[in-house]
Amino acid sequence: MKFLKFLFVGIFFGIILVKSEAVSWYRIFEMFKFQSFHMFGIIGSAVFLGILFLWIFRRFKVKSIEGNEIHLAPKDKSFARYIIGGTIFGLGWALAGACPGPMYILLGTGVSSMLLVIAAATLGTFVYGVLKNKLPH
Amino acid sequence: MEVILKPWPWYVSGPLIALVMAILVFFGKTFGMSSNLRTLCSIGGAGKYADFFRFDWKAQKWNLTVVLGAIIGGFIAVQFLSDGSAIDLNPETIADLNTLGFQNAGATLLPAEIYHWDSIMTFKGFSILVLAGFLVGFGTRYAGGCTSGHAITGLSNLQLPSLIAVIGFFIGGLLMTHFLLPLIF
Repeated sequence: MKFLKFLFVGIFFGIILVKSEAVSWYRIFEMFKFQSFHMFGIIGSAVFLGILFLWIFRRFKVKSIEGNEIHLAPKDKSFARYIIGGTIFGLGWALAGACPGPMYILLGTGVSSMLLVIAAATLGTFVYGVLKNKLPH
Repeated sequence: MEVILKPWPWYVSGPLIALVMAILVFFGKTFGMSSNLRTLCSIGGAGKYADFFRFDWKAQKWNLTVVLGAIIGGFIAVQFLSDGSAIDLNPETIADLNTLGFQNAGATLLPAEIYHWDSIMTFKGFSILVLAGFLVGFGTRYAGGCTSGHAITGLSNLQLPSLIAVIGFFIGGLLMTHFLLPLIF
């Protein structure tokens, strides 16, 4: 039963991303062409409100439902891995028109070919894991 | 009800995405979709090949549950919460896509030119999707997160590494959209 709440969060997330059209290849193309404010508005308002939410959690020392203090682990300090990894991700994002969240969601909308993309993404993650120690981080 | 069936504007969707992030944080977790790809590798036995996959994947079952929910959410959204409106793209975008050979831009969520099985059953079409997925899966783990982990959670948490990663996302995305897509299509 403790997983039920995560199932509902996922359903909610899936619905939002379809209804916002953020799962659309065309919207990603349009974003990278700077021809619409739509995607920038979505990401921008999400970050703006996200900052506010996390600030409230911190300011009022809100505890998670597990009773622990809310703490988001800071990301490791580095430059190379973020700029190189990020660029590789961006190349794939603009080609597939979908990042990992939308890949699963689009599968649910009935796009069976997304299984191929998810399989390839899993393979990409596997190859990264194998090469990890040889790559600049 | 009609308002729900129409596409949702950015100022509704963006805040709701922030709410998803906040709920997961409140549940003692984080918002990160690409981590599930690593979990899938571990379940598939990738731990035999790299330490990176030797972790307690069972602790990630909650996130796989979010994925399952997201798949169901996608189904619900198109089956019950959509009126079939076309995507209201900028006419310039539609014209640019026509030049690249994309017909009916915005009529569906994804272009048939990339995602229809007829396109995938060619060597070129198959390679495009495999390459795209591979780059996403490799890049996201290299960068330590994707749009949900870096662009939404990391930026909300004012993490400089996430800003660098998001700048990377845009470098890659702009290169693909402006220089590589015209070569590919």
